[in-house]
Amino acid sequence: MELVKVDIGLLFWMTLTFGILLFILGKYAWKPIMKMLHEREESIDKALNAAEDAKKEMLKLKAGNEQLLLEAKEERDALLRDARKVKESIIEEARAKANEEANRIIENARESIQYEKLAAINDLKNQIASISIEIAEKLLGQELSNKEKQKELTEKLLKEVKIN
Amino acid sequence: MIRKLLKNLKLTSAFFGVFLTLALSVQATEVDTLMHRDSATSAEKVDSAASAQEFNAGEMIIEHIIDSHEWHICNWHGEPVSIPLPVILLDEGKLVVFSSGHFKHGEEAYQGYKLEEDGPNKGKIVKVKEDGTINEEAKVPLDFSITKAVLSLFIGVALILIIFLSAAKRYTANPNRAPKGIQSVVEPLILFVRDDIAIPAIGKAKYMKYMPYLLTIFFFIFINNLLGLIPFFPGGVNLTGNLAITMVMAIFTFLITTFSGNRSYWVHIVNTPGVPWWLKIPIPLMPIVEIIGLITKPFVLMVRLFANITAGHIILLGFMSLIFIFGGMAAWIGFAVSPVSILFGVFMSLLELLVAFIQAYVFALLSAIYFGMAVEEHHNEHAEGHEIQH
Repeated sequence: MELVKVDIGLLFWMTLTFGILLFILGKYAWKPIMKMLHEREESIDKALNAAEDAKKEMLKLKAGNEQLLLEAKEERDALLRDARKVKESIIEEARAKANEEANRIIENARESIQYEKLAAINDLKNQIASISIEIAEKLLGQELSNKEKQKELTEKLLKEVKIN
Repeated sequence: MIRKLLKNLKLTSAFFGVFLTLALSVQATEVDTLMHRDSATSAEKVDSAASAQEFNAGEMIIEHIIDSHEWHICNWHGEPVSIPLPVILLDEGKLVVFSSGHFKHGEEAYQGYKLEEDGPNKGKIVKVKEDGTINEEAKVPLDFSITKAVLSLFIGVALILIIFLSAAKRYTANPNRAPKGIQSVVEPLILFVRDDIAIPAIGKAKYMKYMPYLLTIFFFIFINNLLGLIPFFPGGVNLTGNLAITMVMAIFTFLITTFSGNRSYWVHIVNTPGVPWWLKIPIPLMPIVEIIGLITKPFVLMVRLFANITAGHIILLGFMSLIFIFGGMAAWIGFAVSPVSILFGVFMSLLELLVAFIQAYVFALLSAIYFGMAVEEHHNEHAEGHEIQH
């Protein structure tokens, strides 16, 4: 059977060639290829991890932003509330002041009216007195002739004059 | 991963399909001319003209499968066209170098050497006496010729070097980039060898040391298998179906396994754990079985690859021979049979493409498993027990 015979020549050349092939490929092909494949896998892993981290960071940032926005809104609301309060208190104060002022003015007016009224009454009294005296003079001119009547009249007049 | 590879294979096989239909027709003409040559040469020598006229399929197939000192391409007008290859002989310490073209396809002697035509040394270079008859007493000279298989080996190795050195250059030139060109062809295969052969069989801790060897045998077998499927000049040689070639690879695997065996590996062989003591003492039955196992593993590797590839070549050539066997009865029968033969030939070629890959895979996988067994740390002998026995 020629088919299953092993030729020494082919055995020799194969050993030599295969050994050289193993050496050359091992040194100049497999070593750099395996190294590069490994490095690439690592760099891909790293890049993916970095992307994942960035995503997480973004989410965190987004949450932070939302928190910030919420706080800002609350602050704005608080500010508005305060402003409203201040406004109301100012209005209230102004109103109170105005009331007070008005009351004071009214009081003053009332006092001055009272005063004027008293003055007017006094004036009136004086006038009435003078008028009464005139009347009395005239009546006295008539009545003084009679002494009895004089006395009577005087008393009666006195009684009448007591107005206030 | 396998699906990816099969996809790649599909592409390759589509390419080869076109290629093969072309090639098979060439092969057919080759067989045709061969038939004529056979009949012509034997007609001169053999008296019985009737038997000489017949096309000898077995002889033709064997001639295609075994090694030879010339690379026969085709016959032209009844004359064989072949590439003469250098003959290198070591005859009793003397180096003799000349072209095999001087043998005139085995018909003439040159410098006292001749190609033996028959007998146990058929195809070998033997010494002849002055009168031209074969010198039976003289020792057959050691033959280190660049034969067809050796040239094919050189071509395959050159191809492998071109592919992988250029791929390596690309890797170093564009680090950390997506693979491109030749890189994208070899990368899935390299990753396949790493992730589906080396790491599962040897383990993540120690696989790196064996990657260069595993990648080299994988691609050596795969590429030479594919070259063997190309039916004309640079290919077509049954290289991986040659025992010398598979033997060298099996010996490499055996040597690497033996030299990387750790303590527990040798303990496992000499004093197999988990086996009753009476199998070891007084007759060391288990150690003998284990030592036989050491030898059979590489032996099986050698025979499996040889048998698979040779069988593929034989079947393919057999289908082609059918045309001429039938053609020998009547020309029209030969023509009638040819479509069927070609169809089967194409089918077998496609199957052989798959076999080309599977055999490379199996050789690398089994080597990796043997290395894995050699370096495995047995923490729990009973639980781990024996590896998968192949």
